[in-house]
Amino acid sequence: MSNTTKVENEVGTSSSKSAYWAANLRLIKICLVVWFTVSFGFAILLRPMISGIEFAGTDLGFWFAQQGSILFFLAIIFTYSIKMNKIDKEHSVDE
Amino acid sequence: MDQYTLNMLVVGATFALYIGIAIWARAGTTSEFYAAGRGVHPVLNGMATGADWMSAASFISMAGLISMVGYDNSSFLMGWTGGYVLLALLLAPYLRKFGKFTVPDFIGDRFYSRTARLVAVVCLIVASITYVIGQMTGVGVAFSRFLEVEKDVGLYIGAGVVFFYAVFGGMKGITYTQVAQYCVLIFAYTVPAVFISLQLTSNPLPPLGLFSTHTESGLPLLQKLDQVVTDLGFNSYTGHHTNTLNMFLFTMSLMIGTAGLPHVIIRFFTVPKVSDARWSAGWALVFIALLYLTAPAVGAMARLNLVDTLYPQGIASEAIAYDERPEWVKNWEVTGLLKFEDKNDDGRIQYYNDKSAGFAQTAADRGWNGSELTVNNDILVLANPEIANLPGWVIALIAAGALAAALSTAAGLLLAISSAISHDLIKNTINPNISEKKELLAARISMAVAICVATYLGLNPPGFAAQTVALAFGLAAASLFPALMMGIFSKRVNNRGAVAGMLSGLIFTLIYVFWYKGWFFIPDTNMLPDTADNWVFGISPVSIGSVGALLNFIVAYTVSLMSKEPPAEIIELVESVRTPRGASGAHAH
Repeated sequence: MSNTTKVENEVGTSSSKSAYWAANLRLIKICLVVWFTVSFGFAILLRPMISGIEFAGTDLGFWFAQQGSILFFLAIIFTYSIKMNKIDKEHSVDE
Repeated sequence: MDQYTLNMLVVGATFALYIGIAIWARAGTTSEFYAAGRGVHPVLNGMATGADWMSAASFISMAGLISMVGYDNSSFLMGWTGGYVLLALLLAPYLRKFGKFTVPDFIGDRFYSRTARLVAVVCLIVASITYVIGQMTGVGVAFSRFLEVEKDVGLYIGAGVVFFYAVFGGMKGITYTQVAQYCVLIFAYTVPAVFISLQLTSNPLPPLGLFSTHTESGLPLLQKLDQVVTDLGFNSYTGHHTNTLNMFLFTMSLMIGTAGLPHVIIRFFTVPKVSDARWSAGWALVFIALLYLTAPAVGAMARLNLVDTLYPQGIASEAIAYDERPEWVKNWEVTGLLKFEDKNDDGRIQYYNDKSAGFAQTAADRGWNGSELTVNNDILVLANPEIANLPGWVIALIAAGALAAALSTAAGLLLAISSAISHDLIKNTINPNISEKKELLAARISMAVAICVATYLGLNPPGFAAQTVALAFGLAAASLFPALMMGIFSKRVNNRGAVAGMLSGLIFTLIYVFWYKGWFFIPDTNMLPDTADNWVFGISPVSIGSVGALLNFIVAYTVSLMSKEPPAEIIELVESVRTPRGASGAHAH
């Protein structure tokens, strides 16, 4: 962020570069935790635990397996894209 | 107008459209041939990726696979969509920034190793060719079923059309045809589903219909479905009846396999910017989700419709008499995909689970002598419009949609194969001094040869064709995905580590698959029967790719830590791949 005044085409110094990469990694980790939880978690491994939650004649785990996980996947990718565009700008590495 | 003429007209019109696009989108440079000049709008690329990805298997088979088993086959739904999260977060933007044309390009450059590049080329070609066989046979089947031409003739016509737009247009031609093919296939898939959902639940949106009330019984649709299938001795539709570890690993293999399949990855090389690659993965999943959210609804509703058709007065009453069977059953009996055998000679069609020991007594009490109807999974989607009594033009659309799904995926795979040959083998290994013009010619010739090979394999499908799709995912998951990911996220993994990792993942996966399926799929050479009792920890050979991937990561890191760090210019390459700014813009030559 300290490098926003740099010449347009030049990418920031190595310290701002590593800050940018750390921010990216943090975001990726959060997204992957959600990705894992809604599919492998709620839809498979944790399904017996949440089987008490009824949902349209079946349980919530079934909904996650056949519909919910896909909707969450969509939300994850678009959230990541929007946030990364912001992070790109903050670290002046955007195109 | 009769159904045949209608089918001809609709399929003919879509083919004319594809050829028109081919003439408009000719490729003049290698950048246009390999990456459509990097000028494709992210939303359009998303649509093209949708068609590229959704194959004959997604269009024709998936709803049927879910329909016959229910929850346990949810792996296909999650696996074939969840991979896009991995693509968007872990691969697509960085590989776009790298800015070259093929997947082996990145592996070869990042691991500064010709061996690594060659291993990647081999994995790519094996995975893509096995995959393309399925598409070509799909084209032949769709033709013979709807247009009453010989399967072989159908295959020639399909291959001819692909030849036209893939050889002349390369990625540019393929991209814009895929956009058109996506529109055809999604329309064909969703229209019948909307009507079926309306009939069963009065909800016009199939994904909502799946979780709403069954109009006739007043019960939730899925509860009603669980009831009727268990009353016939089948496993409940929504219940979990398989090995959890295997389901977990199968879903994971499909996800990382999806993210590692080269024909999907190269689609993200066509957009102008790194940020566009992220958006484009999102849009691709939007367009894929339209079908993948509809498929489970189609599956559940078709299963309920089937039981209702066979037991019109309810399961407690007699099954339908054979002479009173509806028109669509007669139509599909002709194809042999629906078979009736009157085992107890009562002239009625009893359909139930004759493998269930618990149900045997009930069946015996009712005088049933084995289930009398065999249903091929594939007819559910194809017969949908007839089951729902939809007009002839909808049936014609299904034919065009199935062809669009198979042709678009075939074209994407063929491009991945031909660019690996002309770019990685000819330009980067055999003759680095080849001129741009000659490389373009080489790319066109490789494409033509690849189409001929694919057509030949489609005409004479090896006996193992159906099993090899699992192999394609296994290979992509165990070899390509980990190598690509480590290339971006680690600066420490070096040439030796990458090669050792890829080879161990690859060989481990191959051996596990061959152990149960036979060496090189030759029948009767398997070491153990391919049944759940014999699998190690209950892990099926189709799920082993994710274990191979894990092995790849472990071996690559261990070997890298024991050998020299990558040179400074490779560290720089990784730095540059991680930073969006500076991606070569649109139409760079």
